[in-house]
Parts: sequence; C-alpha cells; structure tokens
Amino acid sequence: MQFGIFSVSDITTDPTTGRTPTEHERIKNIVTIAKHAEEVGLDVFALGEHHNEPFFSSSPTTTLAYIAAQTEKLLLSTATTLITTNDPVKIAEDYAMLQHLSEGRVDLMMGRGNTGPVYPWFGKDIRAGIPLAIENYALLHRLWREHVVDWQGKFRTPLQSFTSTPRPLDEVPPFVWHGSIRSPEIAEQAAFYGDGFFANHIFWPASHTQRMIELYRQRFAHYGHGDPDQAIVGLGGQVFIRKNSQDAVKEFRPYFDNAPVYGHGPSMEDFTRETPLTVGSPQEVIDRTLGFREYVGDYQRQLFLMDHAGLPLKTVLEQLDLLGSDVVPVLRKEFAALKPAHVPDAPTHASLLAKHAEELAKEEVAA
Amino acid sequence: MKQRTLVVVSAGLSQPSSTRLLADRLAAATVDAAAERAIELHVKTIELRDLAHDITNHLLTGFPAGALREALEAVAGADGVIAVSPIFTASYSGLFKSFFDVIDKDALVDKPVLIAATAGTARHSLALEHALRPMFAYLRAVVVPTAVFAAGDDWGADSSDGFLQSRVARAAAELATEVGRREPAAVADPFALTVDFQDLLK
Repeated sequence: MQFGIFSVSDITTDPTTGRTPTEHERIKNIVTIAKHAEEVGLDVFALGEHHNEPFFSSSPTTTLAYIAAQTEKLLLSTATTLITTNDPVKIAEDYAMLQHLSEGRVDLMMGRGNTGPVYPWFGKDIRAGIPLAIENYALLHRLWREHVVDWQGKFRTPLQSFTSTPRPLDEVPPFVWHGSIRSPEIAEQAAFYGDGFFANHIFWPASHTQRMIELYRQRFAHYGHGDPDQAIVGLGGQVFIRKNSQDAVKEFRPYFDNAPVYGHGPSMEDFTRETPLTVGSPQEVIDRTLGFREYVGDYQRQLFLMDHAGLPLKTVLEQLDLLGSDVVPVLRKEFAALKPAHVPDAPTHASLLAKHAEELAKEEVAA
Repeated sequence: MKQRTLVVVSAGLSQPSSTRLLADRLAAATVDAAAERAIELHVKTIELRDLAHDITNHLLTGFPAGALREALEAVAGADGVIAVSPIFTASYSGLFKSFFDVIDKDALVDKPVLIAATAGTARHSLALEHALRPMFAYLRAVVVPTAVFAAGDDWGADSSDGFLQSRVARAAAELATEVGRREPAAVADPFALTVDFQDLLK
C-alpha cells in the first residue's frame, strides 16, 4: 500500500498569528514539504491545480519537475489535474515530459474542478463538466497509446496526423486515477478504462465514499478488469497528530475553527464524527485509518491532507515526522497483514512496464 | 386502508409556538380527512428549531449531519407535506427558507404540499401567496389551493367553529385527496448510474 500527502495549495492566514505567507514563501515551502515527505519515508506527493486565488498551484508540472529533481523515490502525482479546462493535448505532452524527467515517478489524478467562473477563463462551461471530462480523457487516453492520432470531438479543434511528444516513457503511459466526490459518471469512467478511482473522502460523510467506491468496484468487474476487490482505490484523509491527544485537539482547534471550507460551521467534534478528520494521538489516527478499510475494502493508496488552513511550515514538517515515525510504519504492517494475495498493489511505472513487456511477448508468440 | 406518510415541517421558534399549534391542527385534520378516504396517515413532525445549527452547518459544509439528514430523507420520502412558517418581515422566516434551500432540488417534485403560516396580524396573510407558494412552485411541488393563515385573532375564544377551523378542514381535505390519488413516494438514489457510458463517449 502507498502512503503519501496531498496539498490543495491554499494560501491561508495563520489564525493564531494573523500572518499570511506570501506566494513565494508558500511555493518554496511546498517544495520543502514534498522533500520532507520522502525523508520521512512516504511514497507519494500529490499537488492540486487551481487557477484562482487563494491558491498558488496553477502550473503543477513545473513544481513537480522541480521536486523530482531533488528527490529519489517519491512518486509525484496530482490532486487533481483539471481534465475539463485543460487541453488534453497539453496534458499528454506535459505529463509525458514529467514522466521522462522523473524516470517514471509520476501518475495523475483527473478532476473536473467545481468553481464555475474558472471554466470560461479557459473557454469552457461548467455545465458541460461531465461531457468535457469524458471527451477530453478519451482523447488523452489515445494520445498516450497511439503514435499518430486523427481525432474529432465537440470541445476542441480536430487533430489530423498528430503525434504527441515526447512519447510516454518506455511506451508506458502514466497511471491515471479519477477523482470525484459524488458523480457516479466518474466512477463509471474509471471502471470503464480499468483506471484507479480516488475518493476525496475528506470534508464529506463516509457514506458518500462508500457508495462511490462500491459502484466503481462493481463496474470495474463489469468491464472485465478483474474482480471487484481487485479494483484500484485511493482515499484521502485529514489528520492532525500530537503524541498526546489533548495537545493535538488544543493546537488544531483554532485552525479548524477558521479553516476554509468548514470553518465557522460545525464544531471540530461534530466534523470529526461526520467526516474522516482525525485529531489526536498516533494510535487514534492508526485506528481511524484502519477503519476506512471496513467500508471501502482493501485499497491501494492513502493520501493525507497536512498543509492547509494556514498551518505554519514548522508544524507541517512536525506532522510529517509523526506520520513517518509513529503512524505509517504501523499502518503499512497492519494493512499488509489484512490484504489477501489476489488484491493488487497500486500500479507503478515498473509494474506497468513489466505488464507491457508481458503483453508484447504474448503478441510475439501469437504472431 | 392504504398506508401513507405525512411529514409536518414547523419553523416556529418560541416554545410553545403558535406555528407548531397550527401545524398540529392541520396534521390532525389531515389524518381525519385521509381516514375518510381509507388512508392511514403516519405523521412525523420536524421542528426546524432543533435543526437550526445543522442547517447552518449544511449551508457551510455542503452536507447534512445526523438529525438533519434524517429530516431531509423524511421529507423526500413523504407522501404529503405540511409546511408552516411564521411570517417575519413580510415573508417566510430565514430558517424555513434555509431548510428548503438545502433540500434536494428534486425531492418535492409532484409532492402534495399544504402551506400555512402564522403572524401577529392578518396584514401578513398574503405572504403565503407571494412567498411560500412560488417557492414550492419552483420546487415543482403540488401545493393545494387552500393555504392556511392564522393571525393572533384566530386563536380567540370562538376559534373552534370559526373561520380558521373551516380553512383548516378545507386544506386538510385537499391534501388528503392529493395524497390519495398518488402512488407511494419513491426516492431516487443520487449515486445510481443513470447513463450508459458508451452513450457518454459518443
């Protein structure tokens, strides 16, 4: 199982000091955070994409390439890549490039983006969010698999004799996850292609996640990619950890109370009960996270949100230390012990390359 | 006897409240009117005061917590609804509106609804027609023709056989008739896949 962190790239005032980091600070800090994720033994760093304030991450491949250059093993991903407003041709090019530079340490998570005004800035309309996600991904999927593409669709200019360059590393496209909170069409899309499905999970009741993953697993089997429990599932999580539970609660409360999304609303206790948020000791985080398996089944990737709501860099790095030393090693062991042998791990470039070589060998035998 | 459910939504704030009093009278009259039409009505009453924090939290977080989730599910699954608001500043109360702001936009489609309101004086009575009725029309509910308004005067000594009681009985009969002519309410599953992916790809 893979463990990692994902960032939405918000620039938020620290409610305990009233200080707002500059864009420059926050951008440099995210690089420090990603590098530290590798140092403490995490597997994945995923970065969001936004084109509006108060977010800084409009250009994720630039940031991820810079991080790739300073890390060795960390798998770089997105949370999410906007499959609606980006040109699928540019996604094909940018991420294949990143794949080469990072030696295959890249996968992507597709998302639609839920901010209406952003769409027209890129010539699109949020009301066509689902059709855009379906058509753009269908094209992206072909661009990474077919050398020369002729294509015509509703949302972009037609392509004639187009080859997306560079070609994917070793002819193996990056693995793709599809993220959605409650659109069954996206779970269906992930199942259709045999891609991964990532449930944001945080900020929402577990019942949403359970239903979406249940649908994805059923449809994954329907499309012949394996048994339902062999589908590739990722989950978000949100934690704040201190050695003593009460210290975690006391320290995180002002950040919770003033956070974007849920601040000035429910109490931290209510939100902890209703959503996957866990504020407490390493053992509490371990118990809660192991509990996710009970309603989604064995899954392949767990990402935690660690750097939002104005938490200062020092605190985020301490959180990563605790995650790396006290939480993830136990989770790795426990999840591995529970997982049956026929449930696959999350695909990596190495595993996809091996599969690709196997398929080529089969074709040769057949020929 | 046909078995049907009636959900009563009361937005009264004081305890006891005249809004709840009116809601209870309408519910009792509807149960009687339904019984005359061979329908046994099971009544559930929702006091929005109890859900006020959860309703605000839903506006902020986008999902309903515990008791509010049950209340929204009850309304969506009801065969008939009685909705009663106090009139504040020439319209329904903010709490009443907020509850219907967070309900699924299709939850009330073709659902029989009886609207009612309370206020200090009869000068507020047309708020039912210019505020509540259009709101439910937007939600594509079937609002019965008689809306019931009770001012302070209506709770007077002669109310038992007065105008209020006759309006209550007329509205209840209209609601019972609408409930009686429909199949039991069915709730759509928001997570159900309703499209064929091959059609989406075309």
